[in-house]
Amino acid sequence: MRQVSADSFPQKAIHGPHQGRIATVGHHAMLIEDEPNIAEAIRFLLGREGWRVTTLGDGLAAEAEVRAARPDIVILDLMLPGRSGLEILTALRADPVTAALPVMMLTARGQGRDREAAEQAGADLFMAKPFSNAEFVAAARALVGV
Amino acid sequence: MPFNLLVLACISYAAMLFLVAFAVERRAERGEARWLRSPLVYTLSLSIYCTAWTFYGAVGYAARSGLEFATIYLGPTLVFIGWWWVLRKLVRIARQQRVTSIADMISGRYGKSNMLGVVVTVLNVIAVTPYIALQLQSVTLSFGVFAAAGSEGWAVPDTEATALWVAGGLTLFTILFGTRNLDANEQHTGVVTAIAVEAVVKLVALLAVGVFVVWLVADGPADMVARIGASALGHWDLVPSRWAGLTFLSAAAVLTLPRMFQVVVVENSDERFLPTASWAFPLYLMAMSLFVVPIAVMGLEVMPEGANPDLFVLTLPLSQGHGGLAMLAFLGGFSSATSMVIVASIALATMVSNHIVVPLWLSLRPTREVTGDVRRLVLMSRRFSIAGVLGLGYLYYSLSGGASALAAIGLVSFAGVAQMLPAMLGGVFWRGATRIGAMAGVLIGFVVWIYTLFLPSFGPGAIFTAEFLATGPFGLGWLRPQALFGIEGLDPLMHALFWSLAFNIVAFVVGSLVSFPTPVERVQGLAFVDVFDPERAEPQAWVRGLADAEALLVLAQRILGDDAALGFFEMQAQAQGKAGYLPDPVPEFLDALERRLAGSVGAAAAHAMIAELAGRARVTVVDLMRVADETAQIMEYSSRLESQREELTRTARQLREANEKLTQLSVQKDAFLSQISHELRTPMTSIRAFSEMLREGDMPPDMAANSARIINEEAIRLTRLLDDLLDLGVLENHTVRLSLRLASLTELLDRAVRAAAQTRPERDFTVIRDLPSEALFIRTDPDRLAQVCINLIANARKYCDAAWAELRITVRQRGGRVILDFIDNGTGIPKDKQSLIFEKFARLTDQTRAGGAGLGLAICREIMVNLGGSISYLPGQGGAAFRVVLPLQMKKTPEDEAA
Repeated sequence: MRQVSADSFPQKAIHGPHQGRIATVGHHAMLIEDEPNIAEAIRFLLGREGWRVTTLGDGLAAEAEVRAARPDIVILDLMLPGRSGLEILTALRADPVTAALPVMMLTARGQGRDREAAEQAGADLFMAKPFSNAEFVAAARALVGV
Repeated sequence: MPFNLLVLACISYAAMLFLVAFAVERRAERGEARWLRSPLVYTLSLSIYCTAWTFYGAVGYAARSGLEFATIYLGPTLVFIGWWWVLRKLVRIARQQRVTSIADMISGRYGKSNMLGVVVTVLNVIAVTPYIALQLQSVTLSFGVFAAAGSEGWAVPDTEATALWVAGGLTLFTILFGTRNLDANEQHTGVVTAIAVEAVVKLVALLAVGVFVVWLVADGPADMVARIGASALGHWDLVPSRWAGLTFLSAAAVLTLPRMFQVVVVENSDERFLPTASWAFPLYLMAMSLFVVPIAVMGLEVMPEGANPDLFVLTLPLSQGHGGLAMLAFLGGFSSATSMVIVASIALATMVSNHIVVPLWLSLRPTREVTGDVRRLVLMSRRFSIAGVLGLGYLYYSLSGGASALAAIGLVSFAGVAQMLPAMLGGVFWRGATRIGAMAGVLIGFVVWIYTLFLPSFGPGAIFTAEFLATGPFGLGWLRPQALFGIEGLDPLMHALFWSLAFNIVAFVVGSLVSFPTPVERVQGLAFVDVFDPERAEPQAWVRGLADAEALLVLAQRILGDDAALGFFEMQAQAQGKAGYLPDPVPEFLDALERRLAGSVGAAAAHAMIAELAGRARVTVVDLMRVADETAQIMEYSSRLESQREELTRTARQLREANEKLTQLSVQKDAFLSQISHELRTPMTSIRAFSEMLREGDMPPDMAANSARIINEEAIRLTRLLDDLLDLGVLENHTVRLSLRLASLTELLDRAVRAAAQTRPERDFTVIRDLPSEALFIRTDPDRLAQVCINLIANARKYCDAAWAELRITVRQRGGRVILDFIDNGTGIPKDKQSLIFEKFARLTDQTRAGGAGLGLAICREIMVNLGGSISYLPGQGGAAFRVVLPLQMKKTPEDEAA
């Protein structure tokens, strides 16, 4: 069930209000999300920014993939088949290589308790679903320091 | 009478009996046969005491020894008139301990010792074999009579061949009769009813011959009395010792003959039959003996010199040219022989299978688990045992040459089985009787019987030479088989009876006095001797908590069959205040289960099987005190405390369970809200993201089309979730509108299987169905029922983790209800999850994205409640198993009628 796919948005096709930001090409986001439609939306949004997006469909080997790919940001869903997002986050923070990696946590449950748990586990940002596209992109950019 | 007509008559008669048994069992299964278990049928079934020996042989006996034949009826009459004393106790014990045979009773009383069971079984087989040979002989002889009388039709085979055919036919008949059911329980309603029919046939036949003899051959009763007075039979000088001995012997036989024990004790379904039988059975015996003397007297007068008096019942009508009456008499004799052989071989086969084959299998099988269908094994071993018993009977018949007078062989058997009497009655009335004593008594009595009666019964020259009989072994005169210790002049039968029982009783009493009973023996002894004591607490030999209820269920299913086992476990769980099929393995439950299993495989084997799962049976200090302590007051007080304590423990457990369930429910309620949030927000996320992109309006057309498709998909998903939630709400409030109509179950399942095939369509998945059993029309809401079936099949397709996934759908009708079982071959659902699966959003792992929101089974449960039925998880079936039960004809609910 695991899908790993690099985004292949043709950058020439990108135009409109974001044209001026093509200079930021090269950021690499790793998305861990089991809902294919949401993954596709995020891929599209960040691809339009000129980012490269790698997607994992479940959390089973997430840390190893993250270690190997060294992305600039990890976007992590809280409820995943195999392992929960919190477990993955805890493991990432425990590993010196990935301890400082910016991590954005997504959740559809949107309860205060989830947010607290995510922050305790070391998430840099917590975003509730559904989100506005602009807000999401802005948050991702902020996290990688653009 | 043409021989082929005779054979035809026998076969049609047997077929008629089989139909009776079959029909009765069918009705009994449907619970319609109350009257069949009545005192009348019970009394008539006791008539297997009157075998072919009685039917033919009593006349021969009377012709040889005059009125002595009546002693054979006197003993049973006394036993039945005095039923309050012995029979009632035996029947009560047998019901309480679920005794399957006399060997089971004796082995159960003496600490469930299988060794004793084996000894008693062997004794019975050896003692009863001549008796079966006797029946073969009588049928063979009666065939011979007809063969001599006519030469039309088929040629009559020689007696050896006839006996072989008869033995073969009876074997087949008994196997068909006695082991037809896969349910190896020990009560055979069908057989008992057929035996009752045979009882009527033989009584009518003998009375008809009697009436014929008195009114047609002689000139009415007055003439008959005169003739009897004139004949030698009228002057019979009474030998008191023989008279008493024979009466005692027949009284013992009615208790200890395996076939009598079977009908009197094992097949007794109600203790209240005994008072009726206590006068009706002696009456039957009287009717059977009413015309014995007249037939004997007239036979001696009318028939030529040297005619076999054992066959007067047949030859008298034949010689007077009454072929039809002779045929009736023949069928009467045939009835007597077949009923005896059927019940005797069923009883013996039960013993052989329970005490020899099953224990042997238990100790020989490689693993400790009970695998495979034990019922099949038990049934097969019974079938082979029946064949073996009849084979032995035939062997005895051909060895003994079939020459001895009928009655003599019968008495040899009587004396053999009487060896069990001291151990049986001693066990029932004397607490001090022990296994060692019983074993010693039975063995010594048995050996003496073999030496003094059984082996000599083959006649001089067969086993013992004439010289051996006259001078004893090695010339030791005091060891002569028929004159032990130099006591001569006694009748050989009385001699053997006296010595065998004397040795038997002395060994039994001395053995019991010098040996020390084991704890289990003490508990069992108390249970048997004090069976009527209402204050007596049930002995508990098991320790709590060692056995796993599910393993016990698997064991019980192998032995009792799935339905019976599940029913029993459900009942026991209910008695403990638990829902579902798995009661706590408390000592009371283990005890009840052991007795239930004992009803199928005998006490010793049942005890051994449970011991393997529950650990060695241990008798607690309390039990020992109960046995040793005679001060009832302390016992009663302590047992009251004990029961109060158990009541408290049970209440505490129920509260704990309720609390656990509440905690789980509260956790689930939080999870439910969080789940609803998740299930709603997830599709919303995609919809919002893609719709914002579309609004920006600068997408390539194919991307735009894709976005629109995703938005549409997710909107549908949201709608479905809301539909499910609303559906559940309506079902839970019972405000759902049902459209009841008559629907074919086959079509309904066809539809469900087709619809469910859309779930994981790529998967290889086999659905196994039994179409004939599905041919039912149900009055229900077919769409709702189909929804449940689709859900169950789809779940199996989704979650069954076997490499070759299979789902078996079985349909049964029980009373007015239909039972649908859906059983797959995966690993099933873990025990701690079984009680949760029907709750809302209870996906087993909350991360599994299996397509649904986890509402499916919750909806199924509510639908079944609305359809007047239920759905439950069946543990212990191998894979995941769901049982759907619903009424065959659903009545309209009041709301429906109002609407």
